[in-house]
Amino acid sequence: MPPPRTRGTALRHRLAELRGPDVPAKALDARALAALAANPGCARRAILDGAGVNKAALASALGSPSAFGQSQFALTRGNAFEAKVKADGGAELLRLVHEKLDRTAEPPAEARVPDLTATGPQGRTARTALELREAAAHPGAWTLLDHPMLALDVAGSPAFLEPDAVVVHPDGSWTVVEIKSFPLLDGSADPAKVGAAARQAAVYVLALEELAARVDPSPRVRHRILLVCPRDFSNLPAASAVDIRKQRAVTARQLTRLTRIEDIAETLPEGTCFSPELPADELTAAVESVPATYAPECLSACELAFHCRGRSRETGAVTSLGRPVRAELGGLTTVEDVLAAARGEAGDPGDPAVAALRRAAALRAEALEAACR
Amino acid sequence: MSLISTLARLEAVSTGRAQPAATVRHRHLSDRPLVFVPLITAGEAGAPLGALVGTDRDAPRLLVVPQPRDRDLRFAFLAELADVVLPYVDAYAEVVEAAERTETDPETGKRVKVEVDLCADAPQLIVPSRAGIELVRLLGRSMRFRRTAEQDPEAPYPAPPRVPLLGRWLTHFGERARVPGSSLLLAMTDVLGRHWATGQSTLEDQHLGALLAWIDPPEGLTGAEAALRAELERDAQGQLTCPPAGPATDPAFDNKLLAPAIERYDRARTALAAAEDGLEADDRLGALTAAEREIRDLVLSRTLPTWEKVWQGLDLLRELPVGAHVEERWTRDRWSFTGHRDRVLAGEPPQPRRDDAVTAANKLATREREQARLEAQEALDDPLVMAGRRLSGEAFAGEVTDVVMAYSEGKRPSPRPLVTVRTDDRPHLGERTKVYRSLGGKPQSAEFVGAEEDGASVVLRILDKMGRGKEPEPGSVPEKGDRVCFTLFEHEQRGGAKLPDPEETPWTHGGPPGEATLEAADPVTAEDVL
Amino acid sequence: MTTLFDPSAAAAQATDAILHDTLHGTARGVVVDSPPGAGKSTLVVRAALELAEAGHPLMVVAQTNAQVDDLVLRLAEKKPELPVGRLHSSDADPYDKALDGLENVRKSAKAADLAGLAVVISTAAKWAHVKADEPWRYAIVDEAYQMRSDALLAVAGLFERALFVGDPGQLDPFSIVGSEQWAGLTYDPSASAVTTLLAHNPDLPQHRLPVSWRLPASAAPLVSDAFYPYTPFRSGTGHGDRRLSFAVPPDGSGPDRVIDEAAESGWGLLELPARHTPRTDPEAVRAVATVVRRLLDRGGAATSERSPDPTPLTADRIAVGTAHRDQAAAVRAALADLGVTDVVVDTANRLQGREYDVTVVLHPLSGRPDATAFHLETGRLCVLASRHRHACVVVCRAGVSDLLDDHPSTEPVQLGTVVKFPDGWEANHAVLAHLAEHRVSWQP
Repeated sequence: MPPPRTRGTALRHRLAELRGPDVPAKALDARALAALAANPGCARRAILDGAGVNKAALASALGSPSAFGQSQFALTRGNAFEAKVKADGGAELLRLVHEKLDRTAEPPAEARVPDLTATGPQGRTARTALELREAAAHPGAWTLLDHPMLALDVAGSPAFLEPDAVVVHPDGSWTVVEIKSFPLLDGSADPAKVGAAARQAAVYVLALEELAARVDPSPRVRHRILLVCPRDFSNLPAASAVDIRKQRAVTARQLTRLTRIEDIAETLPEGTCFSPELPADELTAAVESVPATYAPECLSACELAFHCRGRSRETGAVTSLGRPVRAELGGLTTVEDVLAAARGEAGDPGDPAVAALRRAAALRAEALEAACR
Repeated sequence: MSLISTLARLEAVSTGRAQPAATVRHRHLSDRPLVFVPLITAGEAGAPLGALVGTDRDAPRLLVVPQPRDRDLRFAFLAELADVVLPYVDAYAEVVEAAERTETDPETGKRVKVEVDLCADAPQLIVPSRAGIELVRLLGRSMRFRRTAEQDPEAPYPAPPRVPLLGRWLTHFGERARVPGSSLLLAMTDVLGRHWATGQSTLEDQHLGALLAWIDPPEGLTGAEAALRAELERDAQGQLTCPPAGPATDPAFDNKLLAPAIERYDRARTALAAAEDGLEADDRLGALTAAEREIRDLVLSRTLPTWEKVWQGLDLLRELPVGAHVEERWTRDRWSFTGHRDRVLAGEPPQPRRDDAVTAANKLATREREQARLEAQEALDDPLVMAGRRLSGEAFAGEVTDVVMAYSEGKRPSPRPLVTVRTDDRPHLGERTKVYRSLGGKPQSAEFVGAEEDGASVVLRILDKMGRGKEPEPGSVPEKGDRVCFTLFEHEQRGGAKLPDPEETPWTHGGPPGEATLEAADPVTAEDVL
Repeated sequence: MTTLFDPSAAAAQATDAILHDTLHGTARGVVVDSPPGAGKSTLVVRAALELAEAGHPLMVVAQTNAQVDDLVLRLAEKKPELPVGRLHSSDADPYDKALDGLENVRKSAKAADLAGLAVVISTAAKWAHVKADEPWRYAIVDEAYQMRSDALLAVAGLFERALFVGDPGQLDPFSIVGSEQWAGLTYDPSASAVTTLLAHNPDLPQHRLPVSWRLPASAAPLVSDAFYPYTPFRSGTGHGDRRLSFAVPPDGSGPDRVIDEAAESGWGLLELPARHTPRTDPEAVRAVATVVRRLLDRGGAATSERSPDPTPLTADRIAVGTAHRDQAAAVRAALADLGVTDVVVDTANRLQGREYDVTVVLHPLSGRPDATAFHLETGRLCVLASRHRHACVVVCRAGVSDLLDDHPSTEPVQLGTVVKFPDGWEANHAVLAHLAEHRVSWQP
């Protein structure tokens, strides 16, 4: 007799159906997290990411391929820099952790760098957990975990995450290290990129906290992470501590809300499937069965953005011109509704949005006429 | 976003063409701007790959770094760039006119007028997009602390002679570009976006090709169709037909075309170095030249479309009549340019890496003042901008329906006429709110006295600019039937308080920064990338 | 058994320590954090009097003319014979006419005219134009958290040492142009004066006033947790100390029910059906006006520790707070329609530092299709939620919690800057969660 289905396994089963037969789930990677941050309210993104659908493949199958790509120059440079930072058993990296985050501790003259190799993500996760527990047995020592693997429960299924490094301090606390290849120029760096790194690190911190909660006594997971970047125009590493409490709080709340994918899944018609193998029209219908809240910010965050933008424009949604556009439009949401209201052809003149639109249209017309004279 | 600009964007969607966001041109355009279309290498901190630069639309100068990781080749690029930019800048530095400036006399402490040189015109740099401005700053920062062999014979990897100077100038351009309304360094997407509202979002407007597609779509296409094509259309090789305006390149270009070409170049170089005799070297030099040519062609193919678009943008902007206050703001740019010219001539060190407390505060004060000035001047110059201010209750226009003569109290009564203006606007007027109108280019102030019962008429008391006599000078008081426009914002900006000199920085701000020392050059390592 | 918290003793102890450090300490500066209604003005007046009494010439820096005039009036009230100088601008009507009635207050636009007076008070903007050969021995900088770093730079040369007093939870100073290029610098000119001061002088004594005399016991914990997590404070009064009652029984309408809820618990949320609206949402504006009208009509009376007898809840004891000026204007118009003309209606910026018995707040996010940094600013909500002595009624459309959850969290991060945490997003959630317990849903 099969074991009774719990809510969790039922959902997992349902999500596997949505992905399509034999399509493996895609991990919640940095891009998916960026999309979550850019548009947490989008049901379409939520269900696709929650089900582990490969959105890039889906976008191509829909005929609106995503424009994300990485230059091999950037890739080479990034890898070379990370290798340099971690060279010599991570001596430089640990020196930076000590200098920026834990000056009162004994300087890391030597450090434990355990081997984390194992088979498959589950194996690597177990290996990482084991080594973190092991580190607790070495108080007073520094431990560097190079590319550990962490699991985070996202909507009932584990998402695997791979931080660049995690450092165990002599006092037993844990620090997430992010190594990025954008420069730290005269002490400052591109704020948008630092923000993205902070959000990424916040997810790692949450995963580490889940793990720490299962260790007795629970180690402290530090809420200041270390960001390591090339200094100025060199490839010498420079580091800065980043306070990620904000990002952690927001991400924690958003991740718990991901459970609503269950509700979204329930609204989908029976047999809905997002497999890129399906014909484009079937796939389009499947995607359209979940509402999206497209905004231009999606273009730099979500693989499906061009598809959603096309749909948003077709329906004349004003949001396709940017979220702020809606601010003064009240209940009017389409281009034609707004223009009709402005021209006086529709809308209740008692509605302040309509009244303001008419005044705006009149003032604009007056100004353009004045300019023509 | 104001409702007026929202409406303009929606109309653009509906008509398929960008709509005016301004009725006059609010930025100065030089007769001879220097257009700079740079490309960089992905993943490196400002390592240039190449550029098109020049003042002649038909003859841009192509600069290329065939192996961007090679320091010597980068220096050669920067030296070439200096050879184009510095003579252009120098040409403006040499022509001066006499002007007056108020200075504090160091002995008496009084404000006195002194006669000084002011450059008769200033150079103007145009880059395709905002990211281009960032790159100008980054290049400036990377060069200005470099040492030439002449400055420091011990310097490892000395920079070519004029490179540090170029760094100082690019830094100045980049810093000036932060001042609202300045025009020494402009990003084409910003200037176009200021004057037209497209049917897409401001984020999408950052794409020069898509932005121009809305403003000036090709025959037979709507703006939306043309913009989509500009954003996404790829040729048979998978390359964008409208390459990004840079400085970043498309990854598909890097991976499919550029990387193999650079690899061939590297191989040819290694082969040349390994040549065993002159004949072999000649052959291999030929191969190297061919490999370099290939990269040059690639860079040209990615920059030329953008180069043409920048000039197309300039054509479109030149069709707009120039705003009345643009010249005045350009004069401020000329002062800024002259000031930096004088600092360079006086042998002052390059701009420091970080501003000291006083400099930072002074810059912030200047920029806030210029922002307020820009907002006021754009409204005064352009009825469409004024319409936005009227909509938001910061200005009102209407017809004078009544003028009652009144006088101030006191020994010498002065005219204080009461003017009733009928307006459909809804200004945020409170008790004695000051309002201003432009009278012969000067602001005349009035105060709000009250509103008529129906709320559609406001009564104002005119306060100044009526001459010294008991009766107002002719034309200084609006007459019944006149159309008038009053603003709640001031037209001219007051100067702020003088901050202490840097050497008198107070203890709250860390005390004096100490002797200005020549900042050290960036450390270099053998594998340095810039 | 825990010792009972004695608010008066705690506050007195804090004040004594502050005055001791100010008068006898060796540090050049003393910083005092003061939560809403903690007696900041009282402290400033007392410190000024004690410094003057000790024979130290004193300059006082405040941020607005209203604050300056208010301090002058308070000083004169406490010690009429003290010679006070009011340094003012040369604009028309530069100071409150009430100052003309004070015998020992001299007013001038020139600092030289006021030389030798025990205390000279002006705005930071005016002080910035003053040149002094000899610096003042002492200064008090009021509302220092609302003062920008560059404003302090302009005046700090005028004094040798100073007492800096302010409320860290209120609206931060801002700049109308970008200042990112200085983010992370200790002297970022757009940062608050206190941020710069402490970055350069981390060892200055820092105090806080631990008791809010304004906020009732029902409000202090929420405001303290949401906006002052690292400098908590308590209410000076207990749960039974303040009472709000109404002579006229409720008519069953939403406004009456929310008034009763707020009278009972200190908070009330009048929730209108979810809908996207422009800023001047007519229904919400009318609801705000109706609540005010009913507050007045129902014969409210407030009992507090101030007097044994109930004080009538009159128009001057009620205020309406909004985020935007046009909302304030719309509420004023709606109130006028209901025959109410003497209730203060203003934006958060202008309500800073003011106090009422009951406040009615139009929630900054009500009806909005999206949130912006402006609407999420911690200080804005903090000001709106901390003006009342008895009760606060918030009028809001349903759906704000979802709006917050759907808000993109893609803010850039500047290295080296101090993170404000909890941020507005977090604080808004905390306040909403609390308000949800006092919700009255109403379909107007």
